[in-house]
Amino acid sequence: MRYLPLTPADRAEMLATIGAATIDDLFVDVPQAARRRDLFDLPLHAGELEVERELSALAAMNRPAGAGPFFCGAGAYSHHVPATVDHVIQRSEFLTSYTPYQPEIAQGTLQVLFEFQTQVAALTGLEVANASMYDGSTACAEAVMMAQRVTRRKKAVLSGGLHPHYAATTQTIAHAEGMDIVRQAAAIDAEAAVLDAIDGDTACVVVQTPNVFGVVTDVTKIAEAAHAAGALLIVVTTEAVSYGLLKSPGEMGADIAVAEGQSIGNGLNFGGPFVGLFACREKLVRQMPGRLCGETVDADGRRGFVLTLSTREQHIRREKATSNICTNSGLCALAFTIHLSLLGERGLRELAAINHAKARELCDALAAVAGVEVLTPRFFNEFAIRVKGKAAQVVESLLADSVVAGVPFSRLDPAAGLDDVLLVAATETTTSEHIKAFAQALAGRTA
Amino acid sequence: MTMLNVGRPTRPEGAVGGAGHTSLGGGRGLLQDEPLIFELGGWDKTGVDLPAADQDASDLGDLVRSAPIGLPGLSEPETMRHYVRLSQKNHAIDLALYPLGSCTMKHNPRLNEKMARLAGFADLHPLAPQSTVQGALALMDRLAHWLKTLTGMPAVALSPKAGAHGELCGLLSIRAAHEANGQGHRRTVLVPTSAHGTNPATAAFVGYSVVEIAQTEDGRVDIADLAAKLSPDVAAIMVTNPNTCGLFEREVIEIGRLTHEAGAYFYCDGANFNAIVGRVRPGDLGVDAMHINLHKTFSTPHGGGGPGAGPVVLSAALAPFAPAPWVVAGEDGFELVEEAEGEAAQAFGRMSAFHGQMGMFVRAYAYMLSHGADGLRQVAEDAVLNANYLKARLSSVMSPAFPEGPCMHEALFDDGWLDGTGVTTLDFAKAMIDEGFHPMTMYFPLVVHGAMLIEPTETEPKQELDRFCEALIALAGAAKAGEVDRFKGAPYLAPMRRLDETLAARKPRLTWRSDDKGVSPAPLAAE
Repeated sequence: MRYLPLTPADRAEMLATIGAATIDDLFVDVPQAARRRDLFDLPLHAGELEVERELSALAAMNRPAGAGPFFCGAGAYSHHVPATVDHVIQRSEFLTSYTPYQPEIAQGTLQVLFEFQTQVAALTGLEVANASMYDGSTACAEAVMMAQRVTRRKKAVLSGGLHPHYAATTQTIAHAEGMDIVRQAAAIDAEAAVLDAIDGDTACVVVQTPNVFGVVTDVTKIAEAAHAAGALLIVVTTEAVSYGLLKSPGEMGADIAVAEGQSIGNGLNFGGPFVGLFACREKLVRQMPGRLCGETVDADGRRGFVLTLSTREQHIRREKATSNICTNSGLCALAFTIHLSLLGERGLRELAAINHAKARELCDALAAVAGVEVLTPRFFNEFAIRVKGKAAQVVESLLADSVVAGVPFSRLDPAAGLDDVLLVAATETTTSEHIKAFAQALAGRTA
Repeated sequence: MTMLNVGRPTRPEGAVGGAGHTSLGGGRGLLQDEPLIFELGGWDKTGVDLPAADQDASDLGDLVRSAPIGLPGLSEPETMRHYVRLSQKNHAIDLALYPLGSCTMKHNPRLNEKMARLAGFADLHPLAPQSTVQGALALMDRLAHWLKTLTGMPAVALSPKAGAHGELCGLLSIRAAHEANGQGHRRTVLVPTSAHGTNPATAAFVGYSVVEIAQTEDGRVDIADLAAKLSPDVAAIMVTNPNTCGLFEREVIEIGRLTHEAGAYFYCDGANFNAIVGRVRPGDLGVDAMHINLHKTFSTPHGGGGPGAGPVVLSAALAPFAPAPWVVAGEDGFELVEEAEGEAAQAFGRMSAFHGQMGMFVRAYAYMLSHGADGLRQVAEDAVLNANYLKARLSSVMSPAFPEGPCMHEALFDDGWLDGTGVTTLDFAKAMIDEGFHPMTMYFPLVVHGAMLIEPTETEPKQELDRFCEALIALAGAAKAGEVDRFKGAPYLAPMRRLDETLAARKPRLTWRSDDKGVSPAPLAAE
């Protein structure tokens, strides 16, 4: 058992120091009836080679996104991560450290979190950001609960363009805290319907741009309507690379912006771990959930960083905390910040432009296939198409051509009645050959 | 070549005046002040080479960003150097004992990292066709099997993303069950005074009011107080076992019995599961729901504050209410059920967008396979042995909060032994940094004055425990000998001296602004 350093001699010596005869004497407080004498019905310990063999066999049963033409998005995106990012996050001092409770020996983590907060604030066009959340969907739920605290109102209007899993997560978590969630029906251009639902009881309006169908929306009018009614506007983004090309939520009047940061620095990981971005107007900062890192000085007057405003947090405020969140996605935030430092202003804008160009190329190719209708008028790197028959069956049949064609909308929201809608995404990893293969396979199937 | 060790302490006694001796540049030898990326980078600089994009591709009109974002870029070597320098200002479990009680900082095997990075796991899309992700679903199924077997519980929800998220999942299951059974009027959750702050915060999140249960002299739940507070209004109790005082709740079976008799459910905070894994099944103790911090018990790295993972095991009574998604084995392979339909329609909802922390599942499963049934049992034994060894050795100079009987995986001391020295728990903790150790958890649990909670974990060798004990014994001697300055000024030898946390809270500066001191990058070049 290579991870356990004590030898039998160590154990005997330590028991003698303690004054216990056997290890069982240390478990004396466990009721006799609950003490298991026998080993559990599980395999015995295995060497490194055997473990590698079992896990490699499981991994080999999967088809990675990078194995060929691949067009799935819908809240998780296949991007290239520079080698430097993974190398740095594997350094022990980042990988095997904990929440920076002792700031004098955690300045590495703390300074990164301060850089992360500044980057997220800049991307979203808002003044302050926290030091990351679990993911975009839970950040969305937290934003809705924050709106309740700020406005002391209960009603949240969720646009039909919001990712159905984000809406479901928000419904589960924010509803539990007493929010009245009004979830509008899924529709390609859902944002127009939001205006009618805003009233004097509304705490917040949640809109996504680009929305789950890929539609890029100017939410300025929704912001104005929300503010006129005394409500907050929460803008959700599931593809953080889009910030490099599109107007920021802050520029369009958002009070809170939440996003999935996976696209920058983090792999797909079958849906997690991801990293949630959360930013807001400065005046709302004391109602924010999660961790905040702030600048200060040490006893010698040198600049340093600490976790701050912790009187909002559960370890001090207990049942009166702004959130029950204790850990965040620190390592994923680190990966985000390193990747974004490598990109910089120029790199992110270029990356966004490439993503958009690839999606336009994909759109042109698919639009030329008989029977395919492009549904999304203006998009960033993802759009919806209508196919003949059920989108889920189209995806299954194209697997025979080694093309993973995208996400059937029915997988996200089976009750929406949009069974013929397929969400397709392109990124910088998409090649023209992949696009050609997709269009040919689709044409072959519909012919 | 000249050795570049000037200004960098190699011996503690040589650096006692470290605060007074600074280099001409104001840094500390190799430990230079590291600027922020906003002071280092350039608006026009980048560390990635991307293929050219078609500049005319956009038809987005006025939806395109016009103003600069404000993101500095660094070349690749600058990026590497910046973050490596920052890393050097962090302590890590790979450097030395990290005895944070209640946090379980144990060795993080690199095999786990290697396995999680296999393309078949790391480069897998959560919504890819299920026929293309059968290995991932199989892994989730096997992980679930191990968790159910180790806890003696029939069901598990894998999707919660951290321990506190798992608590939320457990309480939502409990609420759903009460509502389904016509008991939706139950609005109270009982929580011991010693509980993690997440417990009351989570209960409040779910809309419950929190009532505290008192603690006995010997650090356990006061059964009489519990019995008095159980009423038809109580939905659940939340008990950590082993608890945050590092003690096993001797009366746990009675706690479960009383709770169930009152029609409430028993939520167990499983943060300290590594103390009993392989030896005790929570299901045998009457537990209805328990989250398992995979990062604590199954060694996934904490990464400076997450990501965590908090699967929740559930009793038969709560199993029907588990949130989607879950994995089922069918004739044609595994199927991921993402919507609660048919017989699963009682599921209370969804915890997050996708299926949970898959990357952590791989690491935890690799750790489970490496240990096996025999090794995991040894994990609990060594965790408890190490903690009791520290308690025995340190009790000669420090005052254990609960001297009678063994502790479990962590040893709790109070500050009684510092009385009259002028040294506080905080001072003592900061002085530990100068001795090369991360401080223990301080001031928690709240029920013990000046608490010092030390958790060595099962992956510490005896030699390191001895080194730690000798350092603490020497420090205790210094405190009792009146060397107050050693403590009040500490740390002297860390990358930074003591930081002003009050200033940070009073005048919050949460982002870098271009009018801050330091080097301002050049404005964005016109394109």
